[in-house]
Amino acid sequence: MSFTKPTRRGVIKSGAVMGAAGLATPTFFTSAANAYTNAPGNDTVTLGFNVPQSGPYADEGTDELRAFELAVEHLNGEGDGGMMNTFSSQVLEGNGILGRKVEFVTGDTQTKSDAARASARSMIERDGAIMVSGGSSSGVAVAVQALCQEAGVIFMAGLTHANDTTGKDKKANGFRHFFNSYMSGAALAPILAQQYGTDRNAYYLTADYNWGYTTEEAITSATEAVGWNTVNTVKTPLTQTDFSSYIAPVLQSDADVLVLVHYGGNMVNSLTNAVQFGLRERQANGKNFEIVVPLYSELMARGAGENIGGILGSQNWDWKLENQLGERYSGTNAFVQSFGTKYGFPPSQAAHTCYVQTLLYADAVARAGDFNPCAVVEALEGFEFDGLGNGPTTYRADDHQCFKDVVVVRGKENPENEFDLVEIVEVTPTEQVTYAPDHPQFAGGSLGECNPGA
Amino acid sequence: MTDQATDGFVPTQSKSKGASAGGALGLGKKDLRLFLLVVAMCAFAPFILNPFPEGSGLAQFNAGYPDLMQRFVIFGIFAIGFNILFGLTGYLSFGHAAFLGVGSYAGIWMMKLLTLNVIPAIIGSIVVAGLFAAIVGFISLRRSGIYFSILTLAFAMMSFALAYSVLTPLTGGETGMQLQYFDPRILDAPLPEGQTPRASLFGLEMAASYELEVGRWLFTFNAGYYIAAIAMLIAFYGSIRLFNSPFGMMLRAVKSNQNRLSYTGISPKPYTLAAFIISGMYAGLAGGLLVAMDTQVGAERMFWTASGEVVLMTILGGAGTLIGPVLGAGFIKYFENIVSKINKSVLEGWFAWMPDWMTDVTVTIIYPFVGKGWHLTLGILFMAVVIFLPGGLVQGGQKLATVLRRDRKSKDAERDAAIQRQAGE
Amino acid sequence: MDAIILQILNGLDKGSAYALIALGLTLIFGTLGVVNFAHGALFMLGAFCAVTFSRLLQVSYTFTDASRTDFLGNPLQVEVPYLYDILGESAGAAVIDWAVPISILFAIPVMLLIGVIMERGLIKHFYKRPHADQILVTFGLAIVLQEIIKYFYGANPIPTPAPDAFIGSFDFGAMIGFDAGSIVYPYWRMVYFGFAAIIIGAVFAFLRFTTFGMVVRAGMADRETVTLLGIDIDRRFTIMFGIAAAVAGLAGVMYTPINSPNYHMGMDFLVLSFVVVVVGGMGSLPGAVLAGFLLGIIEAFASMPEVLDVLPGINQIIIYLVAIIVLLTRPRGLMGRKGVMED
Repeated sequence: MSFTKPTRRGVIKSGAVMGAAGLATPTFFTSAANAYTNAPGNDTVTLGFNVPQSGPYADEGTDELRAFELAVEHLNGEGDGGMMNTFSSQVLEGNGILGRKVEFVTGDTQTKSDAARASARSMIERDGAIMVSGGSSSGVAVAVQALCQEAGVIFMAGLTHANDTTGKDKKANGFRHFFNSYMSGAALAPILAQQYGTDRNAYYLTADYNWGYTTEEAITSATEAVGWNTVNTVKTPLTQTDFSSYIAPVLQSDADVLVLVHYGGNMVNSLTNAVQFGLRERQANGKNFEIVVPLYSELMARGAGENIGGILGSQNWDWKLENQLGERYSGTNAFVQSFGTKYGFPPSQAAHTCYVQTLLYADAVARAGDFNPCAVVEALEGFEFDGLGNGPTTYRADDHQCFKDVVVVRGKENPENEFDLVEIVEVTPTEQVTYAPDHPQFAGGSLGECNPGA
Repeated sequence: MTDQATDGFVPTQSKSKGASAGGALGLGKKDLRLFLLVVAMCAFAPFILNPFPEGSGLAQFNAGYPDLMQRFVIFGIFAIGFNILFGLTGYLSFGHAAFLGVGSYAGIWMMKLLTLNVIPAIIGSIVVAGLFAAIVGFISLRRSGIYFSILTLAFAMMSFALAYSVLTPLTGGETGMQLQYFDPRILDAPLPEGQTPRASLFGLEMAASYELEVGRWLFTFNAGYYIAAIAMLIAFYGSIRLFNSPFGMMLRAVKSNQNRLSYTGISPKPYTLAAFIISGMYAGLAGGLLVAMDTQVGAERMFWTASGEVVLMTILGGAGTLIGPVLGAGFIKYFENIVSKINKSVLEGWFAWMPDWMTDVTVTIIYPFVGKGWHLTLGILFMAVVIFLPGGLVQGGQKLATVLRRDRKSKDAERDAAIQRQAGE
Repeated sequence: MDAIILQILNGLDKGSAYALIALGLTLIFGTLGVVNFAHGALFMLGAFCAVTFSRLLQVSYTFTDASRTDFLGNPLQVEVPYLYDILGESAGAAVIDWAVPISILFAIPVMLLIGVIMERGLIKHFYKRPHADQILVTFGLAIVLQEIIKYFYGANPIPTPAPDAFIGSFDFGAMIGFDAGSIVYPYWRMVYFGFAAIIIGAVFAFLRFTTFGMVVRAGMADRETVTLLGIDIDRRFTIMFGIAAAVAGLAGVMYTPINSPNYHMGMDFLVLSFVVVVVGGMGSLPGAVLAGFLLGIIEAFASMPEVLDVLPGINQIIIYLVAIIVLLTRPRGLMGRKGVMED
């Protein structure tokens, strides 16, 4: 993965470049002359990419980082431009953001809210980052989002799926492009009913923490609305590695569907264990027993190997979208092309959301003509765009959540290669996954006001 | 704490330090020197930790920004407290992070319910952590050695597991606990809707900083850091006094031979329990300060790795020495926050002056050890320190000092302690 | 009733994993007196022996198939394992299918070697050092080992399936008169249980019935006297360390089809294995095995929905709760010896 561009030295953030740029003075909460935190100089602007680099999500973090690097390249006018060519808003010119060259700093969240905040604070306080992005879990997203609100910088969430991020913990300075638990439920329920019938008894194994709670609530209420019956919901500890003792009671119940509300290593293990117990070949109530995984991820699918065959789940995006479903999802191929050319394999949905978030931020600054977080918030609120791979999308002003189509996928029985693990079953259109801003699953928070810091 | 039997015990060990002549503040000469050194280091940390000019390639190694400076002193307090238990009594608690976490939760609830002023939060943290330590200590100290360690570990892991899951309404669970503008806060005037609550000390916000530009250098003086540093100095002073007190001697006696102590008719339990509670209160103080500086609590700070970290900090720095735990804490936090941020493009920036192929080779060699490989470097250094410096970093410092001074008499308090520690084991 | 039988099976299966890991740990920890925080890493290395072996079997050459394309539209590079050419396609595929069981043969020498190198190169110098130093050095080693694995294999779990013959599950229920499908148990988990029983039995027999084992046991009890008798106890301890590493490694190899291995799995098991050893009692091999099964079965029962309905969250803490109760009622765990690691 070595770069061999002749112009590399120009790209590199070296002492000379920064020296010429003058003092990039990080100001944090101070009453300095600047109107907002970390106002960039005239030559460069610094973004902070805070991703898990150690712990179980490290590979997902690495993939996010690849996408960030690609986005920065494209913003600075290098490479093939990726989705900047298909993006409906065409204000970005490939000369950085508002003429300032984009530089970035990276940090390790360790998938712990404390460590993630420490890392984000160092980006803001020391490196002068004006925007922080990335992350691979909702705990981290909520913690860093709150920090960015306090510090007066913009937070563009990476992979975070819990309702809380744009629900009870939403913040004016934070934005989420990724879909959420409610949308998973709303997208999956009609497809589940169509594929498995409306007379089903579902048994839930739920990760015993916030994301699990909101996702379980979303899926149960959506499936019950189409006629399914919830037999039981059992919470499993985060630190559990062997799920056999949770799977076994499923055999005694009268359930004919098992919903695994797990993510990461938990999902890989619980699914593997469920398949070991023969649940996929099982007959119950005269029907085929089925397993559902509400939130799919490519990396987890790879970890679970053959076990994912035939299992339904939802995704924010998939790299095959444009090839299979056409024009509506334009941008997908452009992104896959430039990512694949650079790294040799297709991008994950985590990579996609991080790339898009970076472009969206840059575009908002360019449209606002100002780096001031409040101007950026105004530019992003209610912003309608297209050509970033998800079809027409809106950043809703009420909660800073993106509304777009949700992809329902099924694990392939016989994958051709290690990147082609899921097939697209259907795409649930935006209208079906949209909810009112005051929906009970999202109640209890308030955006507050945008905080420019300084 | 001093009963008659204690007094009988003191003379045998009073040769070491004690309130000997020539000191002030109730400290011996050497301890006073050490203390003043630490005071100076804390006061000038913004300069010491920012040796490289802003914007230069080496600025990557600057650690003089508020968050990390705060973490240095706060984890210093945590390690000093741990050392009071482990360094003196030899009881290895593997669940100390629980007290830090419980203290943090107490602190944030004080800020949610009472006031944004940090004083009640910190006091609340210390008290609650102390109470929790009293319960855990009372039960765990019924056993010794590894059995004690596993008991403390079990309590900490239960605290973590419950805080992360079923106690979510009380702890925030996965997403952590944060302040909201609509929290009750009965002592404060209500905040306007949507405004972010900020911790303060009688109006001085913890996040307030003064920035000093000197040429290309930039130094940040942060209010929160100095408050935490003062707390650390008080904690450090307390630990020096405690090490030299009759009570401290008792605790060392517990470590060197508990049986002999029992034969002299003294029950070691009250002493060890007192040490355990004091140590837990130090952890609570650290937890309260963490909340005061950064108003959120994540349950992960009670996970066993967090307990392990403070053990490593103490051993790495030099268990049983006064300054060692602080050095160990600084060492680990520095790696976690600085080395983890060195990514490939930073490396390429550093070595851009080389011919292209050499840059590639150099970056390829170094890259696995920095950025996402920071754990690897930390692991190697753990091994290197324990293999080559059995007394921890403190011993390393002394070796260096001896080499520099060629002065065999440079046998100060720290070295005494290091030797004593080895002898004690 | 059938639910209870199933959970007993689950408990035995979990317990066999715990017991196997704890057995290796207690050989080092409870008998040589070394607090080995790298034991989890040895378990992880064992699992990655299986991964490495199956990758070695699948070393492939590539040729370009112009009739098909990859995701970017370039001609597809097709990979064919050399093994197919050497053994023929069906035999080659069968060998690859059986990679996990065959890799035991690969893992035993590798893990023995790793254990011996670790003991000679590092641990030997720490027998007389404080436990604190042992913790620091072995923890450092554990981090280094897992970071090396992460560097080569990434952080994502790597699926390492059991041979096709062992996929699926066995219907106990039908055999003992319950409804078909009510008590089924996966074949590979039964294999794991049997394997664990054999290994545990072999280690016990080795220590009990061979001269070597007798000397080692004597050395554990009184090292000085044994040395005075002119026996080179150090060499035997080195071999014991190697055996402990091999036991941990084999536990890891056989565990891979149950849960896909990742670089972090050792740390996940580390704390648990210490709890098991201490609950079993320091210096007692039967204690460690007994505690492993006890905790496994209790954990299985605590995760039943019926139990969770009454005591929500009990599954989060049950292991630690049991550990506390045992240690408070029995000062040296279930079968601990006096004076081992008590100060």
